[in-house]
Amino acid sequence: MLSYPAELIYVKSHEYVRVEGDNAVIGITAFAADQLGDVTFVELPKVGQKFKNEQKFGVIESVKSVSDLFMPAGGVVIEVNERLASEPELVNHDCYGQGWMLKIKLDNKSELDSAMSADSYKEFVVD
Amino acid sequence: MVTSTLRETPLAQAHRQLGARMVDFAGWNMPVQYKSIVQEHMVVRTKVGLFDVSHMGEFVIKGPDAGAFVQYLVANDCYRLAQPDTALYTQFVKPDGGTVDDLIVYRRKNDWLLVVNASNIEKDWQWINTHTGQFPDMQMEDVSDQTGLLALQGPYAAALLSDLAGAWVKDMPAFTYGEATVDGISISFGRTGYTGEDGFELFVSCAQAQQLWSLIMDRGQSYSIEACGLGARDTLRLEAALPLYGHELDEHTSPIEAGLGWSVKLDKKEDFLGREVLSEQKKNGVKKQCVCLRAEGKALPRQGYEVFADDKAVGKVSSGSQGIFVGYPIAFAFVPPAHAKKGTQLTIAIRETKVPAQVVSRPFFKRNGDTK
Repeated sequence: MLSYPAELIYVKSHEYVRVEGDNAVIGITAFAADQLGDVTFVELPKVGQKFKNEQKFGVIESVKSVSDLFMPAGGVVIEVNERLASEPELVNHDCYGQGWMLKIKLDNKSELDSAMSADSYKEFVVD
Repeated sequence: MVTSTLRETPLAQAHRQLGARMVDFAGWNMPVQYKSIVQEHMVVRTKVGLFDVSHMGEFVIKGPDAGAFVQYLVANDCYRLAQPDTALYTQFVKPDGGTVDDLIVYRRKNDWLLVVNASNIEKDWQWINTHTGQFPDMQMEDVSDQTGLLALQGPYAAALLSDLAGAWVKDMPAFTYGEATVDGISISFGRTGYTGEDGFELFVSCAQAQQLWSLIMDRGQSYSIEACGLGARDTLRLEAALPLYGHELDEHTSPIEAGLGWSVKLDKKEDFLGREVLSEQKKNGVKKQCVCLRAEGKALPRQGYEVFADDKAVGKVSSGSQGIFVGYPIAFAFVPPAHAKKGTQLTIAIRETKVPAQVVSRPFFKRNGDTK
């Protein structure tokens, strides 16, 4: 069964956010990973790159399809999950843990006010 | 807006019970994957997998001139099937050289069985029926709706099928055909497949298809059998460098352009549809040729992506994916013959990047675990 940890928040484009003080860890949700199927490649930005809220920050590719990745909030990239370069399947196996994608320093925490709780996101994906 | 209901094979319930993700394929509700395309692909390469391909079409042609008629319809030489219960791969070719469909032809004891692509059943049936001119009294039947078809593929396929049908199965040469009754179910099968592995394609009545599926899945447990969907079917055939109609073959592409000239027997005595253009292509060459490409990096080439020689666009990808067993991105592409030699360096435009790719010899993968 697909899970949505209660301590995370979620956006409509199917990224999740783990808030850590002024920083945020970003990845894609179990729903998104399941829809994609076997992930073969994740194109991620470099440390230091700046993005606005809802801006495309990368691409995720699976055997069946390609999807853009969108920022759930604006910020500057402070860390990137290097393991995904050689182990893209981590996104399928552990999207909230080892399959994390980026860590950013948030520009403006209030941009996350409109994000969904785990329960709201669960309803959102069932529709 | 008109909603049309998708057709379902007799195994649809079995697929749902296994948790398959279902998709519309040629108007049929088919399983694209059960667990994961990668996992299913690897099971076929290392153990054994079972596919439902009942949506495919089957035509039976009977009568004293049935062989002559089939010989006229297809580009391969059916008279090379000297014994009954043998089969070959071929195409229906149009007078302008384009391909109507590719198919397997079985010469059976009392008739000929043609197995065609699901997406082309109606078109093929029309094609056959409009070309009986020189062959009156042809008895033909479209048995697609009564026929279930399962593909059992992988290194353990022969062992499993021989457990069910008898030890003689292990000795069947490739592209031969046999019959058996397993647990009260009548089946016939060819030692054929679309994965590059050893395997069998099993014909069964729709009424007994579910029973056969359950029997094979049950007895296959000791061989670690898994159900495999159309997603893995596509990645497997691409890795084995097998063409897919709608990608490497279509009404504007001849089998010679698609790299299937080996199956076109211009030296057969009998006339056949498409002979003139195919002869001309063999003699004078073609303008586009299908090549196998191995791409660098991890991004996947896909149908429609442009292929460049130096900085000039010279062709397009017809099929592309991850070579799941061999471990690198692979593609079929059509390029001018000047760029088709093994070792030629090309680039593929994958989104905004020009990815280097090299022309390699087919197939990408060889049975028994050899990769190149």
